[in-house]
Amino acid sequence: MTELATARPRAGASIARSLAKHLLLIVASLAMIYPLVWMLVSSLRPTEVIFRTPGLWLNELYIENYIEGWTALARPFDWYIVNSAIVVVGAIAGNLLSCSLAAYAFARLKFRLRNLWFAIMLMTIMLPFHVVVVPQYIVFNNLGMVNTFLPLVLPKFLATDAFFVFLMVQFIRGIPKELDEAARIDGAGHLRIFGQVMIPLMVPALATTAIFTFIWTWSDFFTSLIYLTSPDMYTVPIALRSFLDATSGSNWGAMFAMSIVSLVPIFFAFLFGQKYLVKGIATTGGK
Amino acid sequence: MSAISELSKLSTRRALSPEDRAARRKEASRDNKAGYLFLLPWLVGLFAFTLGPMLASLYLSMTDYNLIQTPSFIGLDNYARMLDDARLHQSLRVTFTYVVVGVPLQLALALAIALLLDKGMRGLPIYRSIFYLPSMLGGSVAIALLWRQIFGTTGLVNQVLQLFGVPATTGYVSDPQYALWTLILLHVWTFGSPMVIFLAGLRQIPTMYYEAASLDGAGRLKKFLTITMPLLSPIVFFNLVLQIIGAFQSFTQAYVVSNGTGGPSDSTLFFTLYLYERGFTNFQMGYASAMAWVLLVIIAAFTAINFFAAKYWVFYDD
Repeated sequence: MTELATARPRAGASIARSLAKHLLLIVASLAMIYPLVWMLVSSLRPTEVIFRTPGLWLNELYIENYIEGWTALARPFDWYIVNSAIVVVGAIAGNLLSCSLAAYAFARLKFRLRNLWFAIMLMTIMLPFHVVVVPQYIVFNNLGMVNTFLPLVLPKFLATDAFFVFLMVQFIRGIPKELDEAARIDGAGHLRIFGQVMIPLMVPALATTAIFTFIWTWSDFFTSLIYLTSPDMYTVPIALRSFLDATSGSNWGAMFAMSIVSLVPIFFAFLFGQKYLVKGIATTGGK
Repeated sequence: MSAISELSKLSTRRALSPEDRAARRKEASRDNKAGYLFLLPWLVGLFAFTLGPMLASLYLSMTDYNLIQTPSFIGLDNYARMLDDARLHQSLRVTFTYVVVGVPLQLALALAIALLLDKGMRGLPIYRSIFYLPSMLGGSVAIALLWRQIFGTTGLVNQVLQLFGVPATTGYVSDPQYALWTLILLHVWTFGSPMVIFLAGLRQIPTMYYEAASLDGAGRLKKFLTITMPLLSPIVFFNLVLQIIGAFQSFTQAYVVSNGTGGPSDSTLFFTLYLYERGFTNFQMGYASAMAWVLLVIIAAFTAINFFAAKYWVFYDD
């Protein structure tokens, strides 16, 4: 009898604790995503309804916001989506190519001053962009490249996103050396080992790089703001911001609608790429 | 291995034996050319887009330059002018507040949630996704616009307050007293990515440590203080260093929420916002470069202090 009485409350306490934990996590999750869901719902409401409806119930689907938002700026919104897509595709191609080349060198080849270059590479990960942005701008300005996509894409082909070099170095270090040594014994040169042995094995790291590059470039604001000053060259974030001037910041329905449009690609990249994002962040951030 | 522990490892490399050295030299001669060929794009990028511009900006910081006339050398005048620039002082105050309040709050929340999310608990992938998502979206213009609405006079926050009978007369983004705090809240909202790093770190702590401690009769708090915290401290350190560096460079949210002004009354004038205004609105490239170097020195100082303080609280078991 006494045994039962002491055993039961313990089991009960453990269940209660687990329930309390889930309750806490559910409340926290809801608080985290409520603003996002509210924005999605509000994008389907007339602006004057947005101002007085904190809830999520929809009486009608007011898709006029999307039509209005799509055509509110100098060009239809798909124009800016295409601009962003060009920059994103360029940036992904550049990062995949240049970072994997550098990573192969750092992880597998022995050459003079390797450790020095490697240390410099690590330090550039932490370097604030602002220290280089003014001279970079002056150079691109003198080359007549301001108001083109080149300042946004060109540096990616030269592995300036050192974070991805490091991520790939970490990944290559985890690949057994026997694999490339076997290819070397068969007489393959470094370029062939890199292209035919390493690249296929590096697919997960390449996917992580592609997804991170996609998300970061798609939402990049600062570089676009500096280099793309003519409205025809605007990328999605700059176009979105210009709603504040175009509608004097009052047409929240249209603004929310285009905000949702701008977030959809990131959301899907996150949804399908989450596995790679978590892994990438864990291999570079872990101990 | 994080970038940070890699760096400290490189500086403590042990000496090689003569045989090792000879063997290395032989192999090195074989790889040297290939190594530099593979590294070539990165090296070009390093000199053209990082080291070169750094030196150029150090020179420009000692000039008066408006992009049209040739730069005229003025020594340390730009730096001297900063001493009397009241808006620059304001921008430093705003940025320091943002970093010193926002980063610890964000990391504390990230750690707390990571600890709640036990290994193998039911629903873990769903919780993780929900908490991680905002940090992927947080830097976007769309979310900054959303914040502008939520904390506006007729925004979501005031609508909810009115439900509870609280009269809502002010917009938080248009009130100098609150505007910065809405941005700090936005920063805290993006705790997902440090949380994912914490989760990965927690997973690496061997469960046998906890089992052994349980046998010794240690309670939850004791286990947390003697096992979890010491073993997780390198990851706390890593997150702290990176988040501080990142927070000093925040730009988009403040720019969009204040519509490019840093207002109201300069209450959200981040250092980067002011730098942008000087450099790319007024085209004072010299002054902007000097500001960039001040930012670099501040970030380097914070990082150095972090590394120094780490000796006293970060635990390395190897």
